Amino acid sequence: MTNVNYFKDQFSALQTSDPNELLTGIRKENFDTFSRSGLPTLRQEEWKYTNISSLFDKDYEFAADQEISPYLLSSLEEIRINGHQNANELVFLNGRYSPSLSAVRSPESQLVVLPLEEAIDSKYKALVAMHLGQSSSYIKDGIHALNTSFIHGGLFLYIPKGQQLLHPVYIYHLSDAGQQHTLSQPRSLIYVEAQAKFQLAETYKTLGTCESFTNEVMEIVVEADAFVEYYKIQNDGPNAHQTNTTHIRQMEKSHVHTVVLSLNGGMVRNNLNLVMDARGNETHLYGLSLLRGKTHVDNHTMIDNKMPDCYSNQLYKSVADDASTSIFSGRIIVQPDAQKTNAYQSSKNILLSEQASINAKPQLEIFADDVKCSHGCTVGQLDEEALYYLRARGIPKEKAEVLLLHAFAADIVDQIKLEPLQKYTEKLIYEHLTVS
Amino acid sequence: MKEDLNLLEQAAHNDYKYGFVTNIDTDTIPKGLSEAVIELISKKKNEPEWMLKWRLKAYAHWLKMEEPTWPNVKYPPINYQDIIYYAAPKKKEQLNSLDEVDPELLRTFEKLGISLDEQKRLSGVAVDVVMDSVSIATSFKEQLSEIGVIFCSISEAIQQHPELVKKYLGSVVPMTDNYFSALNSAVFTDGSFCYIPKGVRCPMELSTYFRINAENSGQFERTLIIAEDESYVSYLEGCTAPMRDENQLHAAVVELVAMEKAEIKYSTVQNWYPGDKNGQGGIYNFVTKRGICAGNHSKISWTQVETGSAITWKYPSVILKGDYSIGEFYSVAFTNHHQQADTGTKMIHLGKNTRSRIVAKGISAGQSNNSYRGLVRASKQATNARNYSQCDSLLLGDQCGAHTFPYIEVKNKTAIVEHEATTSKIGEDQLFYCRQRGIDAEAAVALIVNGFAKEVMNQLPMEFAIEAQKLLAISMEGSVG
Repeated sequence: MTNVNYFKDQFSALQTSDPNELLTGIRKENFDTFSRSGLPTLRQEEWKYTNISSLFDKDYEFAADQEISPYLLSSLEEIRINGHQNANELVFLNGRYSPSLSAVRSPESQLVVLPLEEAIDSKYKALVAMHLGQSSSYIKDGIHALNTSFIHGGLFLYIPKGQQLLHPVYIYHLSDAGQQHTLSQPRSLIYVEAQAKFQLAETYKTLGTCESFTNEVMEIVVEADAFVEYYKIQNDGPNAHQTNTTHIRQMEKSHVHTVVLSLNGGMVRNNLNLVMDARGNETHLYGLSLLRGKTHVDNHTMIDNKMPDCYSNQLYKSVADDASTSIFSGRIIVQPDAQKTNAYQSSKNILLSEQASINAKPQLEIFADDVKCSHGCTVGQLDEEALYYLRARGIPKEKAEVLLLHAFAADIVDQIKLEPLQKYTEKLIYEHLTVS
Repeated sequence: MKEDLNLLEQAAHNDYKYGFVTNIDTDTIPKGLSEAVIELISKKKNEPEWMLKWRLKAYAHWLKMEEPTWPNVKYPPINYQDIIYYAAPKKKEQLNSLDEVDPELLRTFEKLGISLDEQKRLSGVAVDVVMDSVSIATSFKEQLSEIGVIFCSISEAIQQHPELVKKYLGSVVPMTDNYFSALNSAVFTDGSFCYIPKGVRCPMELSTYFRINAENSGQFERTLIIAEDESYVSYLEGCTAPMRDENQLHAAVVELVAMEKAEIKYSTVQNWYPGDKNGQGGIYNFVTKRGICAGNHSKISWTQVETGSAITWKYPSVILKGDYSIGEFYSVAFTNHHQQADTGTKMIHLGKNTRSRIVAKGISAGQSNNSYRGLVRASKQATNARNYSQCDSLLLGDQCGAHTFPYIEVKNKTAIVEHEATTSKIGEDQLFYCRQRGIDAEAAVALIVNGFAKEVMNQLPMEFAIEAQKLLAISMEGSVG
């Protein structure tokens, strides 16, 4: 890797320019981790199928602060999700939260939106200190540490107790790779108080033709009886790579529902961690990757059941065409105290081309006896008989295939409970499948 | 539930029944590993020059390797200089009948309930007994040689069939394959060799009983089975070992080669000393087993019943190279007390229309940990490859662990791969159902566990199935009648 010295310089510059007491400590610790372990390689078990360090043959740099230009605004317009008029729209520009591009539509009594640094100087300081960086104890690799070493310009969201948020939160990530290979490192901390309800969707867009690398970390704390829906739409250019970690901590009887949709992109790695820190939680994780070209999508999920009576269900589906690669690695841990855990996991994959490949690694690690856990995984093709049925009714082969792929995807799209977003993804998928 | 707890308690206090030491004079060399030791082993075994060179090459490679740390098992570091690499019983003369065998040894087998005598008479099984590291008695050899089957110790094969050994030794598991296969290649002392000529269906089950006997002697067995075109062989391997305090390393290598339309069925019942209920002692069983379906329409089937060893770490694998070849893996792994097992298989699909099937059943009790780890790979050329895997885990007790780590890698668009895994404890409703019908708790648990393992047990040859059931029953005693 050529950028080591660059990161060193940038790190010391950041530590001097932003001497926040809380952040400098966290950064220092993680920069040490990064310096020690470097970027993950294929030799690391968790990175067996995704060669992230190969991307760093190129020299990535952080983008300088930018003026808001008409170009930026028009680009933003392109990725706005349906129903945005009724949503809180938050924008990250090159990995830093941009209040001026963002529009908060909920009243402060329902949603508190603050730049992370400001949150540290506010009454939320204790909350931030307690929860920022929790994911580091689960993910100890260099790329995660790299994000944490450069926490700056992050986002803090707070949903007060009992608030049923009417307006969803849409987060748009813009990376400008017009002049240079750009590294963006968005960081956010979201705290959902007891009995609150919160819906969140995220999407990404790279501008320009150089390579962009987004290395995102988001931490969400879901308090007792709260309800969180989380959606991620990845439909960026082949020059857009990313690793992102979503680390969710669930307290008593909370409910989390996630859908990750990956269509286009370069090399993409998604880590989704759920930590059951209290009993009685319910969690549903869904994923859909419809890949073509050279897109490489690696979905890692981890559910750490530390306490009893939790229920989790996972369904990840993928279709790999052309020279694309789809990876699913799901890990369910049931700790000795987590009796009466029910955890289910299923991964269904379709391979459409000679050059494509699918790798799956569903894992169960169980230390309690009174549990019901299962996983299933299949890799196959489109059903010959179903194709025959359609063709016998005069539907051309290509159309019949698209129809079947739609049906395959529908299971997951149906899980998007936010209606405008569901319509939006249906449209994206339709375009994605018919343009070939 | 209180009764169940009592049963599990009893099971946990069940001690190893086969723990005894046979007092036979052994001819050992000092502890430690060096080129000189390897030369000494080679010399003692009167080996040709090429064999010694091969060993030294493996040793040189081993020195450069690092002990792997990825498996889900924990053990104190092994001091490779504290192991005796050669221990042969002193009486080495060839024996033609059981009368010539050391009476002490015969008594050992009687204690095990498997007298050679009885086995020969009743089942027609040819037994090649490996006591420590050198073959002592070989039976039915003449009968086999009439049809051209070669079944002898590997040392004998090196002397008498060097061309075959040279050709196939290390061809499936290269000496550089992994840390323990390299170590084995350098210091293996004995093992079995089996060659089935073209078109021959081996008329009897071939079996070897391995026993570790001398104190502090590691066992490094080497087994090589070659089945020529259109031949068939069923090979049985079973192990028990005496009780002792110090951990012992067992790093065997087994290689199978199946040519066109040949079939090899390899069955293992492993019941080495698992350590006491506090996790003291016990055998480390770090084995590399691999077969290659080299010819079209060939088949290799692994069946294993693992109840012993402090640590079991092995993945009997099949490389499906020939078109239409078939690989199978059936496994029951039972762990109790502080035992650890990390076992599974690898199915590497290379040829067209290849099929594989994996059925793995793990049962954990006490404070033990039982992991299934498997790889199914369909390579680009493996058109129409088909795999079905099923791994089920049963937990008896709340301090044990059951883990599943399957790897699925598919690069061919016509391949179909399916994997299923479940983990649960014995259902209270199942127990209740049995109890209601007047079956006592102990018998009910036995019934359910037997049913759980049945799919695998059914794959064992008849002669072995009985012994396997006996071993599983003894391991579970207290909870199973």
